[in-house]
Amino acid sequence: MKLHTISLNNLKRRKAKMAFLTIGLTVGIATIVTLVTLTRSMSSDIERKMDEFGANILITPRSNGLSMNYGGISLGGVTFDQREIREDDLLKIKTIANGKNISAVAPKVLGSVTVGSHDVLLVGVDFASELKMKQWWKIFGDAPKGDREVLLGSDASRVLNAGVGDSISIKGESFKVSGVLDQTGSQDDALVFANLSKAQKLLGKEGKISLAEVAALCSGCPIGDMVTQIAEKLPDARVSAIQQVVEGRLKALDQFKRFSYAMAGVVVFIGSLIVFVTMMGSVNERTVEIGVFRAIGFRRSHIMRIILLEAALVSLLAGIAGYGIGMGGARLALPFMAESRNAHLVWDVTVAFGSVGLAVTLGLLASLYPALHASKMDPTEALRAL
Amino acid sequence: MSLITITDLEKHYTSGSDIVEALRGINISIEAGEFITIMGQSGSGKSTLLSVLGGMNHPTAGDVEMAGVHLYRLPGEKLADFRAQKLGFVFQSFHLIPYLTALENVMLPLAIVSMSSAAKKTAAREALGLVGLGTKLDRLPNQLSGGEQERVAIARAIVNNPQILLADEPTGNLDSKTSAEVMNLLCQLNAAGQTVVMVTHNPENGAYANRTIHLKDGRVEMRN
Repeated sequence: MKLHTISLNNLKRRKAKMAFLTIGLTVGIATIVTLVTLTRSMSSDIERKMDEFGANILITPRSNGLSMNYGGISLGGVTFDQREIREDDLLKIKTIANGKNISAVAPKVLGSVTVGSHDVLLVGVDFASELKMKQWWKIFGDAPKGDREVLLGSDASRVLNAGVGDSISIKGESFKVSGVLDQTGSQDDALVFANLSKAQKLLGKEGKISLAEVAALCSGCPIGDMVTQIAEKLPDARVSAIQQVVEGRLKALDQFKRFSYAMAGVVVFIGSLIVFVTMMGSVNERTVEIGVFRAIGFRRSHIMRIILLEAALVSLLAGIAGYGIGMGGARLALPFMAESRNAHLVWDVTVAFGSVGLAVTLGLLASLYPALHASKMDPTEALRAL
Repeated sequence: MSLITITDLEKHYTSGSDIVEALRGINISIEAGEFITIMGQSGSGKSTLLSVLGGMNHPTAGDVEMAGVHLYRLPGEKLADFRAQKLGFVFQSFHLIPYLTALENVMLPLAIVSMSSAAKKTAAREALGLVGLGTKLDRLPNQLSGGEQERVAIARAIVNNPQILLADEPTGNLDSKTSAEVMNLLCQLNAAGQTVVMVTHNPENGAYANRTIHLKDGRVEMRN
């Protein structure tokens, strides 16, 4: 016989009341879990889309020139006082306040080279970053793995008459074509991609880059702020945001998030009220019982422990059930709420532990006053008979 | 030295604008091993006296000394500890916990004592054996008769080997045959050295006691 035996046996005896309490709290926790998981899953869905969209910030050398192109037709331009970006400078990008939102930084060096009898644009890239950013690329063959391999755009492959496994010569050096891009409909089709450091050597631009694309996962931060932050770190570069189609969706999501939190607040309040009223009723029903406990020498702290342990056990059960039901609800609701059909449910350990923790905290806090009330009961009053 | 010494005990209640003097200058000494009955009519103050003796009702004035301890000078929860260690209670309406078995009800005072579970069970079984209920350990209170419930209540009161057993009308809800059984049981406990202080309004029960204290209007009227 320990104090928890009393709590457990009382819970077993008052099944209906405790079931009501558990269901009330479970519904509250389930609602919160559903809302939070839906919000996170939708954010993740949009972030994934942004990832697929590619870069949303472009870093180019600062110059005092004026570009002369319109609608994709370039007439050259007047460029003077062109500055350079050092490859090392890009390391500073990750140090901005919103650094954790940066998904990938893809530096590029550009230069014209001759392959056979054709002039082509050689682009030196860091393939790891580039492939992360351009997830829509379909490569026949493999991405280059070393200095001696290149990737060809579909048009470049056709014009140069080189396919996967062939070799091409650039500035007297032989490179194996490890892969050819499927048609993208973009400028990538006409390019030859090589390893960044190798391309820098071939073009005589060691340590320099021509431009860098930055992909930011930015559901929680404004792109404009990040542009300003990067510009402060790279004063010799021009940093510009690429207009985001998803920005409007992010705003809508932000509104939904706020609505979710407000709903969660209301649900938490109602849940607390249910626990409070039920526990208070339970304590009042057990007046005689508590009087007996006090009469036979239970301290106030013992009474509080009995009541709070009951609340904790019920809340724990409600927390676990609420998490399960909430995730089930989110899974059912997500296809109707998310933009993509293949949006994935975010399983977050924080939500799991958070929901159980919230339920127990809520149960304990709402039961604190009933427990105090019980512990302060006058045993003589409680027993009446004495 | 007496086991219990009550000196100039006063207990006043406020009822609206009136002050009710439940106990008025009570002086009683009880020796270890005595069986005392406190008798009196309804409203005489006997139950109030028992609750003051039980450390549950702070007196307005006076002193209660028990086993060398000035009860109401104990700080905070020490009074609860005193009840747990030195006192046993038997209530008129049994007040068994309905969701605990007979064995668990008897083990209740041991829930806050540092003992192994096995030792607690052994002590509770012994107490139930002593009151003749060794075969009904796993019954819930509603599966026991009134007399049996009272025996469980007595077993619960003695399981912690208290120095003083306080009983409030223990036969108040029982028929005469069962009442006699319960009174005999209390006598047996007393014969084994247990000090018993019992409140009753039944004069027949007085015959079982060494001494009877009669209360009237909050005062000791007569001592037998």
